[in-house]
Amino acid sequence: MDGILLQQIVNVISLGSIYALFALGYSLVFSVLGVLNLAHSALFMWGAFIGLLVTDRLEMPLWVGLIAAMIVTGLLSVLLELIAFRPLRKRGAARIAQLISSIGAAILLVNIAQLLFIRVYNRVEAAYPRGLVPRQPIIIEELGLRITPARLIVVIAALVVMILLQYLVTRTSLGQQMRAVAFNQRTASLLGINVNYIFLMTFFLAGALGGLAGVLYALITNVVDPFIGQNIALIGLTAIVLGGMGSINGAVLGGFIVAGIQIISIDTVGSSYRDALVFLLLFAILLIRPQGILGQPESTRA
Amino acid sequence: MDFLIEAILSVVRPIGITEPVLQFMLVNAILGISMYLLLRTGMFSLANAGFMAIGAYVSVLLTKELDFALGAALVVAVIVCALIALPIGLPVLRLRDIYLAIATIGFGEVVRIFFLNVDNMILSYLNTFQDAGLRRYELVGGGRGVRNVERLTETWHLIVFLIVIIFLLTRLQRSRFGRAMVAVRQDERVAANMGINVVYVKNMVFVLSAMLAGAAGVFNGHLTRIVTPEMFGFDRAVDILAYAVLGGTSVWAGPIVGGFVLTALPEVLRRFNEYRGVFNGLVLLLVIVYLPGGLINPQGWRKLWASARRRLTGQPAQPEAGGG
Repeated sequence: MDGILLQQIVNVISLGSIYALFALGYSLVFSVLGVLNLAHSALFMWGAFIGLLVTDRLEMPLWVGLIAAMIVTGLLSVLLELIAFRPLRKRGAARIAQLISSIGAAILLVNIAQLLFIRVYNRVEAAYPRGLVPRQPIIIEELGLRITPARLIVVIAALVVMILLQYLVTRTSLGQQMRAVAFNQRTASLLGINVNYIFLMTFFLAGALGGLAGVLYALITNVVDPFIGQNIALIGLTAIVLGGMGSINGAVLGGFIVAGIQIISIDTVGSSYRDALVFLLLFAILLIRPQGILGQPESTRA
Repeated sequence: MDFLIEAILSVVRPIGITEPVLQFMLVNAILGISMYLLLRTGMFSLANAGFMAIGAYVSVLLTKELDFALGAALVVAVIVCALIALPIGLPVLRLRDIYLAIATIGFGEVVRIFFLNVDNMILSYLNTFQDAGLRRYELVGGGRGVRNVERLTETWHLIVFLIVIIFLLTRLQRSRFGRAMVAVRQDERVAANMGINVVYVKNMVFVLSAMLAGAAGVFNGHLTRIVTPEMFGFDRAVDILAYAVLGGTSVWAGPIVGGFVLTALPEVLRRFNEYRGVFNGLVLLLVIVYLPGGLINPQGWRKLWASARRRLTGQPAQPEAGGG
């Protein structure tokens, strides 16, 4: 097969797995609570930031950074639920009010990160330490492939986490309870499920996924600033709309499709139209098939 | 008029509000009203940053390249916004809450990316179809934007425009159409059953709101003297939303106060400039959680006061009469 094509496929897979991880967090919260958490992109950025602090300032190995980032963003996400979502839900406010409060929370988180960046690094931009992952690309001569170790780590980590998540949601008691709450919150609570606990767990998981995606993204781009979440926020939205809001497989599929479109469009129409194509697609899918590719009617989601 | 402006400024100058700040406060009040119209009809659209961009770019090109007067450019830019809003609104407004929000975010991004690349598009069109053989073509300057725009907007333009808008808005709200807007927000199906043409009301409001946002873009472009695509990104859409949410959507004064407060506060609190973003986020979060009706909402304040007093004096909660 053509070496360039293979190389592109590798790129799509590594970029797509980051998008997919990120979109999974969005999708998880949407399927269980029915709200869109626009602060998810801020958690993504916090993940990259915590990973940076742990590996650069504390000089820990990468896996510690990954786990620390996931725990911190998971806890931040729980905090979000307690501060920005639960009070509104208790009042029975509209879904839009929860969307607005998540925007407020996102602004807050991004600006706190900015302040911390300035305190720690004296500017709003910092790079991951050089020796964190080997630089030497793995070259497969027969296929003409060059894969950097960072991309390999990204794909493996994403794959492992996605399989674990699939197992958690479909095979464990917690996953069963989450699906029950997603299906019908009232009935679930009548059946003895602690709905508030399930919400907390959902937010923790979603935050951890977002944080992991952040660290992995930073491993590829190498540079972190408080604004890296902005672009991926909209890309993640496109991914979950494309795949079907609230569908876990849909989020993964959507992530890979968006990555595919971006990378193909760089070659064909130029990088400046890369994002325009993605958003036109978002627009089109909302008008033609709002439930997305794998989406189902509202009553049977999750 | 000059005397009046001078009088206002002499009062507010000591707390850090200078004439340029006042001008942006007025522009943002117009933006707040454009969002207020949408929210009052129950449409959660984030497209207005995009329409603002269209208004700004169109008018700036007219005054700079074709020597239009500001008033003429304003009229043309607003009409262009309306003509773009109509075909966008017809399909998009079938979507509801979160889906509408996402679609309009997508629209805003497409507008931004369009202005970022329109020069290259025209260039490749000229070279392929007209054999112009050009190396570069500059109309809006891509990422660097349109620079050296003349500073045509005067404070009194903004004050007069805002007063006219407030007058029309209060007339609109008391009209049949204004009541139809509220009915559509409360329940589309019931509104349709009562003989309200829901599609017409929604699209009309969408177009009106786009025109207002476009007008704000015109004024803004001739204040900042530079127009770049990055000025109209997602952040701007959120800012516009924040004006209306902070001020509240129960009365017309809400979005105006919202626009004023959110624009003036960073200047008043200049000493804490570093924390300005933190503050913005916190305000949005606190208002939506504790004051869902916004700042200009007597009922909301009364409720908050009552619940605070209950908590302080330790009395049991009383059933609340009426809904906010």
